[in-house]
Amino acid sequence: MSATVAAPASAKYEMVVGLEVHVQLRTRTKLFCNCSTQFGDPPNRNTCPVCLALPGSLPVVNESAVELATRAALALGAEVHEESIFARKNYFYPDLPKGYQISQFDKPLATDGGLVIGERPDGAPLRIGITRVHMEEDAGKSIHDRFSGASAIDLNRAGVPLIEIVSEPDIRSSAEAGSYLRLLKQVLEYVDVSDLNMEEGSLRVDANISIRERGAAKLGTKTEVKNMNSFSGVERALEAEFARQVAIVDGRGTVEQETLLWDADRGTVRPARSKEGSHDYRYFPDPDLPPLRLTNEWIARIRDRLPELPDARRRRFAEEYHLGAYDIDVLTASPRVADYFESVARAHGDAKTAANWVMGEVLAVLKNTGAPIQQFQVRPADLATLLDMVRAGAVSNTAAKRIFALMVQTGDRPEQIAEREGLAQVGDETQLASWVDEVLSTQAAEWQRYLAGEKKLLGVFVGAVMKKSGGRADPRKVNQLLAARASG
Amino acid sequence: MSVTDAEVRHVAALARLGLDAERIPTIAAELNGILAHMDVLSKVDTSQVGAVTGVGAAGTPLRVDGGNQIPLARPREAFAPAMRDGFLLVPRLATHEDLDAESP
Amino acid sequence: MTPPALSAAELARQHAAGTLAPRETVERAFARAAEVVAGPAGLNAILWDDHEAALGAAGELAALQHAGSRPGPLAGVPVVVKDNIATLTMPTTCGSRILEGYVSAFEATVVTRLRAAGAIVIGKTNMDEFAMGSSTENSAYGPTRNPIDPTRVPGGSSGGSAACVAAGIVRVALGSETGGSVRQPAAFCGVVGVKPTYGRVSRYGLVAFASSLDQVGVFGRTVEDAAIGLGAIAGRDRYDSTSADAPVEDYVGVANGSLDGLVIGRPREYFPDSLDARVRDRCDATIDALRQLGATVRNVSLPHTELAIPTYYIIAPAEASSNLARFDGVRYGMRAKAAALRDMYEGTRSHGFGPEVTRRILLGTYVLSAGYYDAYYKKAQEVRALIADDFRRVFDGGVQVLLTPTAPTPAFPLGTKSDPYEMYLSDIFTATANLAGVPALSLPIGRVDGLPVGGQLIGRHFDEATLFRVAFALERALGGSAHQ
Repeated sequence: MSATVAAPASAKYEMVVGLEVHVQLRTRTKLFCNCSTQFGDPPNRNTCPVCLALPGSLPVVNESAVELATRAALALGAEVHEESIFARKNYFYPDLPKGYQISQFDKPLATDGGLVIGERPDGAPLRIGITRVHMEEDAGKSIHDRFSGASAIDLNRAGVPLIEIVSEPDIRSSAEAGSYLRLLKQVLEYVDVSDLNMEEGSLRVDANISIRERGAAKLGTKTEVKNMNSFSGVERALEAEFARQVAIVDGRGTVEQETLLWDADRGTVRPARSKEGSHDYRYFPDPDLPPLRLTNEWIARIRDRLPELPDARRRRFAEEYHLGAYDIDVLTASPRVADYFESVARAHGDAKTAANWVMGEVLAVLKNTGAPIQQFQVRPADLATLLDMVRAGAVSNTAAKRIFALMVQTGDRPEQIAEREGLAQVGDETQLASWVDEVLSTQAAEWQRYLAGEKKLLGVFVGAVMKKSGGRADPRKVNQLLAARASG
Repeated sequence: MSVTDAEVRHVAALARLGLDAERIPTIAAELNGILAHMDVLSKVDTSQVGAVTGVGAAGTPLRVDGGNQIPLARPREAFAPAMRDGFLLVPRLATHEDLDAESP
Repeated sequence: MTPPALSAAELARQHAAGTLAPRETVERAFARAAEVVAGPAGLNAILWDDHEAALGAAGELAALQHAGSRPGPLAGVPVVVKDNIATLTMPTTCGSRILEGYVSAFEATVVTRLRAAGAIVIGKTNMDEFAMGSSTENSAYGPTRNPIDPTRVPGGSSGGSAACVAAGIVRVALGSETGGSVRQPAAFCGVVGVKPTYGRVSRYGLVAFASSLDQVGVFGRTVEDAAIGLGAIAGRDRYDSTSADAPVEDYVGVANGSLDGLVIGRPREYFPDSLDARVRDRCDATIDALRQLGATVRNVSLPHTELAIPTYYIIAPAEASSNLARFDGVRYGMRAKAAALRDMYEGTRSHGFGPEVTRRILLGTYVLSAGYYDAYYKKAQEVRALIADDFRRVFDGGVQVLLTPTAPTPAFPLGTKSDPYEMYLSDIFTATANLAGVPALSLPIGRVDGLPVGGQLIGRHFDEATLFRVAFALERALGGSAHQ
């Protein structure tokens, strides 16, 4: 669990923030038709009469979308309702083929969830309430700078299933907003409902923010902030809008209800001027779709099959592997990394060693390549074997690092590589003695200094032997030989 | 309840209907004439009415996540008013600020 | 006017037996259409036809049969389809400028099923624009005339399909129902018209007007023609989430069923004092005929009937205002030239939609808008439940079928109803069935001043079989008097 969140900057005012997060569900087909949801296909390739809104077309609900949405809602602690209603949200925009979005309004899929993101100063849990989780379809994409004088519309994304997660206005600082978003993403990653990729647009965040004097109960006028493309962007945007509202109120002005866009390059918010008149979406239940009816038994089965959530996993890592808080945080940040670690730890038997290698070598490679661990070439069983080899003294730690690097490159097994490269650890006393003698003869002056009392030079000799041996010398034995030389 | 000219203009804008200004008073009168007949509904006691349910107690049918895309019998270019490089084209939005707002 | 002598069933039989070539039947249909001037110069009932494709289909059918494939119940039978039902050949314009020349890229399920039954779609018929109207005077392509009296309307919105059947061009036609748009034109034109139970027939490919009320309906020259037509298209469709799983019964098999012990209801609200006495007389004569056939008649009450028109005219326009938002010039159909998007939307929709459609979109948008939703749309849906309850109570009380007039008057002259609300009142006896979702059928029961009068039968949910059983018996009993 992360530590107590820091106190916000302004002493007189506090920000009151609610976040709306849209998450694309990783179904094969769209919410209301079976066009593919594949990202990056040629424009308008994945369209059909339904998602093109040809006259006479009708929606039919995707069962996998319902299952993933239910899973997400349950993981967020929300109550999933047996009956929910799809409603039409009516407005005109070229990427909205029907002239309405099928969403949920009065009776959403789930309500009353929450996430504990930390602790209050008094030790009580800091919980951000989740008002609702509902299902809706995504709109297409508009590209405005490809052709002059025209906007280009691609409807591949139109109809892709989304869930919208709406938080209560419980967030009181940009740091809390960041914590909430990171935990939300982690929980959703754990239940594997989405790619959660902000760059690709499978995760989007809009914020509602108002300010009030500390201690006041009444809420101020809220503004909506959009166009934030990262969690840190959200934090910065909230700070900027907070400052703007504070300046207005301090100057005896009134905050106008409006929509603002975050400009990451300039670090400012600016009004979105498209809103001629407020939106009246004229929500009504979609007559093309009877109510979505789920049984309590079905919901219970989804709940029973929920994968282990982050909290539970962290507790188990402490109990089962006896790892410290820092290690646990790093290893459980991503569920797939945690899976990988567990496979290695179980096969090898020493959780701490496994942890060090995963946190160190494995994550370093992943950070470099940017690829997810699912695509990592080193199989957990093979890494475990490598660690076994180190423990047995068959290879030195240094050699192991080289073998690992080659495993990453080739995907070959450690035993094969060790043999091929001749990296087996050398423990033969005669060979070691000969290397020691060679080193000592070239470093005679330093050896004298060592014998005279400069004990820290020992590392130099060990290092030189390791280098001469191509990393294969058994360092323990080298140390023993050097000690013997020194005394003898 | 009666509809004012301003409300007609507002509703026409919501529906993107582009009404001629001169027609507005006539249309307002027509709508008021029609709506006058609806007042009778306000006098009906509907306190005992349950929700109107759609067809079937089973709820909306659920479709398997897969299968083939519903085929189009003609290429999109055959019925789309303007396409280029596979994109549908529309005239530029009036204000540049709209562009980043994606959806309202 | 000489109607074709052969019923749909007889045509199919002869085509299957090889004693009549489907090509010849199709040619005869086109010849009849030319004779009665079904096109714009005359009745203006048929908007688009495709001789080549129809004759081609006739030839294919003959070839398939020759190769051993089993002929369907409508083998080689020519049909026409209302222009708001999507076909792959011929445009689907919904009687509107905004879809002028638009050819659908997918086919309506009902058309696929008709073709699977062997039927040959020879044309698309005129209609009130987007099915909004009761006279087929609201079409962007000009009004349709009643074949019985061309100075009068054929009814609406499926006037074109009704006229084609009345003029003897085809025996079976498809229309659509939202508030009476098949039954009322059937009554005005002296043919049979059926509105199935909501959910009985797929709406996939029927351009939506009011989604919770719309159903594809069937016209027939006779009850049997209509029964075969409905049988061919009814049944669950996985592309329509509102289509029902109920089994499809044999609507032709009940043709000789007895009416002994059948309980008929006569709802007093459909026989107001203001009702044209001659229409009332025809209905009462029909009720007598039913008694003769062994039925018991009971006076019943559907007390919320008078709320049907206000309720309908809030719900239908509201849903329509949303359903018609897709006509924006972006992906298909008419697009007005404009430099800016907003102007394109407004130019397209103001030039593309006629005045009645514009009026209903405004009305619908208004009743859904903030501040008015509860008082209008929500309230109307609640009153709708009361109207549905009226039927449920009467049916639960033992009544199986209700008999009412289909329309308060026979066909009125073209151009005489200028007040929109006065036109809406044409639906006064039909809209209740759409609101309650129950099935209903209109059949000819006589003439007034030489103009057809329709009697309406309303039945229980998914009990079209009983409606047809009664209709068959009545048709037989009334005989020639139904057309006098």
